[in-house]
Amino acid sequence: MNVPEHGLMFRIVERARRRSAWLFHFNAGACNGCDIELVTCLTPFYDVEQIGIRLEGSPRHADILCVSGPVTRTTREPLEVIYAQMPAPKAVIAIGSCPASCNVFAGSPVIDGPLDTIIPVDVYVPGCPPRPHAIIQGIAEAINCLGKKRGVEMAEERSAQIETKLEVAQ
Amino acid sequence: MNPLYALFALLIFPGLVYALPMGWLMLGVERRCRARFQGRLGPPLTQPFYDFVKLLAKTPMGRLVSDRGLFTGLPLLAVGSIVGALALLPVVASGSGFVGDLVLLVTLLELPPLCLVLAGYASRSIYGEVGATREAILSITSNVPFLLGIVAMAWGCGSLQLTTIATATPWAVRIPALLTILICLPVKLRLNPFSLANAEQELLAGPLTEFDGPRLALWELAHGLEWVALTGFVVTLAVPWRSGTWWIDAAAFMVLSLAMVPSLALLAASTARFKIMQASRLLWIWGSFAGLVALGAACYLRYWGN
Repeated sequence: MNVPEHGLMFRIVERARRRSAWLFHFNAGACNGCDIELVTCLTPFYDVEQIGIRLEGSPRHADILCVSGPVTRTTREPLEVIYAQMPAPKAVIAIGSCPASCNVFAGSPVIDGPLDTIIPVDVYVPGCPPRPHAIIQGIAEAINCLGKKRGVEMAEERSAQIETKLEVAQ
Repeated sequence: MNPLYALFALLIFPGLVYALPMGWLMLGVERRCRARFQGRLGPPLTQPFYDFVKLLAKTPMGRLVSDRGLFTGLPLLAVGSIVGALALLPVVASGSGFVGDLVLLVTLLELPPLCLVLAGYASRSIYGEVGATREAILSITSNVPFLLGIVAMAWGCGSLQLTTIATATPWAVRIPALLTILICLPVKLRLNPFSLANAEQELLAGPLTEFDGPRLALWELAHGLEWVALTGFVVTLAVPWRSGTWWIDAAAFMVLSLAMVPSLALLAASTARFKIMQASRLLWIWGSFAGLVALGAACYLRYWGN
């Protein structure tokens, strides 16, 4: 639905986007360390449901894709499909060092990562594994991306940035 | 029931204007209570409203032309039928209802689960299909005791009109019948021990796996309205007294139906999910037992009571 970017309706929608971020968790070959830390955020001690964050079962319901693991060759295609299935606006968080840099798996022939060469990434949460506090901060940053910018433009902008970055690196 | 009153009931009370905020409030209270029972703080009460707005403002993915009608039509049908069911609830004694409105109400309450089953199969997702199968099995098994309870109440007072059933059913029939309906209530709301169909995480999201954006928002809306309709249904059948002043009746209806939410949340927070066999067995044995007791009481009162 196209919402004009001003006025009361827009402010309500903006507020709703900030208050209700649904996560989808994708394990792209992670060792389970980051996955356990992500699930910890939902437990009574951290309780991210206070700010409306919920772990969803289906990528079609989700706003934020949390990826853990250096993207392996077998998980690459599902990852792309799942990213395409998420309706805009959407954001991607790379949880842990693996999706950011492939970590100790860098250079392996079965690794297609790092994540930002495959899909645009909005927030990196470094650590092996990162602490739940850091993950919650990452989610909050991603929510800001959702609220401020419209997902499709943002994703395009991001991928353009990544392409230029790669060209510069080469 | 004159047309003007019907329009009022459909659009204002207990229809849309009342049921929309009440549905969101009930979902919010349920989530918050469940969080509190689990030792968490939980989301604010406005959370379901924000979820709804956010989902409505998302850009849905493209669909095949053959799917588009079904994917939008089914949730709309579910919302519409629940609003219709809400309008039939005998909240105030005078002026509402017509002969046989019980049959229409039960039909309208049965439509949303049917829509959900069709939606699960129409999505052609394996998770959707498994969820739809479970929903179909559960709605068939839960309807046996549910209908037994309702038939017992209708037989006990000798009428198919909701106002008469609510006010004139003898207590010996009313209590076992209500117990039967209460056993079926968490099944119809897809709450935790019976949350087999939407089984979060286990089946991804059950029949709704393939729904996104505004279409999912409509399903969430239908679920909120289902809460209002089903708790309202139990409350109107459980309380035989009507003061005659409409606003006292309306306020009592609101307070009592809202008071049912924390107890249902406690049930959801304190139980684990059943297997389909366990759920069916519980419903068939205990639900049908309570229903048969109600039916027996109604039969006894009817033929040997006086």
